[in-house]
Amino acid sequence: MDFRNAKELLKVCQEQNLSISAVMLQRELTEGEQDPEETDRKMDRVLEIMKSAASTPIHTPVKSMGGLIGGEAKKISDHKDAGKSLCGDLLERAVIYAMATLETNASMGVIVASPTAGSAGIVPGLLLALQETYDLSDEQIKQGLYNASAIGYLAMRNATVAGAVGGCQAEVGIASAMAASATVELMGGSPEQSLAAASTVLMNMLGLVCDPVGGLVEYPCQNRNAAGVANATIAAEIALSGVRQLIPFDEMLEAVYTVGKRLPAELRETALGGCATTPSACAACHMCD
Amino acid sequence: MSFISVFDVMGPNMIGPSSSHTAGAARIALLARKLLTGSLKKVEFTLYGSFAKTYHGHGTDRALLGGIMGFATDDVRIRDSFQIATDNGIEYSFIPNNVETDVHPNTVDILMVNEKGQEMTIRGESLGGGKARLCRINGVEVDFTGEYSSIVVVQKDAPGVVAYITKCLSELGINIAFMRLFRESKGNTAYTIVESDDLVPEDIADTIRRNKNVYNVMVVQM
Repeated sequence: MDFRNAKELLKVCQEQNLSISAVMLQRELTEGEQDPEETDRKMDRVLEIMKSAASTPIHTPVKSMGGLIGGEAKKISDHKDAGKSLCGDLLERAVIYAMATLETNASMGVIVASPTAGSAGIVPGLLLALQETYDLSDEQIKQGLYNASAIGYLAMRNATVAGAVGGCQAEVGIASAMAASATVELMGGSPEQSLAAASTVLMNMLGLVCDPVGGLVEYPCQNRNAAGVANATIAAEIALSGVRQLIPFDEMLEAVYTVGKRLPAELRETALGGCATTPSACAACHMCD
Repeated sequence: MSFISVFDVMGPNMIGPSSSHTAGAARIALLARKLLTGSLKKVEFTLYGSFAKTYHGHGTDRALLGGIMGFATDDVRIRDSFQIATDNGIEYSFIPNNVETDVHPNTVDILMVNEKGQEMTIRGESLGGGKARLCRINGVEVDFTGEYSSIVVVQKDAPGVVAYITKCLSELGINIAFMRLFRESKGNTAYTIVESDDLVPEDIADTIRRNKNVYNVMVVQM
């Protein structure tokens, strides 16, 4: 059971009456010739790392290696605990977990690149917030991770998830599309709605450049992970409401890839443009010394 | 195209902050270490391109040193690798090279010295997403990722050596997925890299080493 694009994925889902997560798991076991129990253990480990990375900095903030971030998740968590949350429970939690994961990453903690280290906060951020808000089981969250993997796999296969190739839209953009698709499935939406949500995210984050200050996975990466969970939530909400999208996922993915390749090198992870070359960023970073 | 697994998307599990600058670096060094016989006494890392510019903030240095001590990409000991190396009497240094630019942007040269004073040099490239390859062993151009169970044979470029290696493999019932030969020049040192889908018995190294034209054999299984 394999699929090469979202159209084929949808066809398999509809013909066999399966969810995206079920198809992705089947593909892993049959096409990848993997043992079911071993695969399940690996996914348990992924979830375990994600939970730890998303929560540790809330209680014990650490300064990042490059010194540009550290302590943000705790501040937002305190703000939420003070009853001042603006975004609402789900999104506020997702923002905290996403930003915390980037803090863990930037201080040499253990994370799961999902699909990359720079975008590692988005999928766990939103899924773990959903788990708490809607009282979902670990098994359901793992199902969400398989769904998200299907979107990530298509991006890796047919486009790119490397900031150096496609800009931030290929990292944070794809991660958000993965999170949106998973959220739709966990909230009872159809495979078609999952793919519509993923497509919406790519549309809304199209063209986002990769411009890390000092060339480090810290800033603005952490903020962008927060933006990523927000974009994913919005797209899932739109899809679950039954709003249809003009442009299917495969075509949006192609658009991301085409736009990415046309971005100048300065805006693809080289730290030679965008945020990285603003006067304040240059003052804070000592890369050129 | 090789199979993209769920865990290529949800992975690697890694010490941050960068899959290319941290996890990929650790993997290169881990592969390099597996090619050195004996115990490591001294290691020198020369960093090129983006590695040379951002190695400190990305923990590339800690990751390289951790990898060379055998730590996997998600091993938390990577954070303390300077101290651990010092405690184990391993001498280490990092040399950023900002002059040579005609290399892959994330390239490192690793010079390893074992307890007998024997040297080995490796050049590795971090390809993104934690993937990495070795592209030079002791100056000879190779292409080695360690993604399969591998046997690396250092040999004299002479007739019959490859036939001898395949005979050893076939007697043990090992199926060859890929087999490639790299050499300095005719009659000089050559490297045969055999990759298999199955686990390879470690004692195959001793069997292959019996040929007089074979200098050394390393089994690399990640």
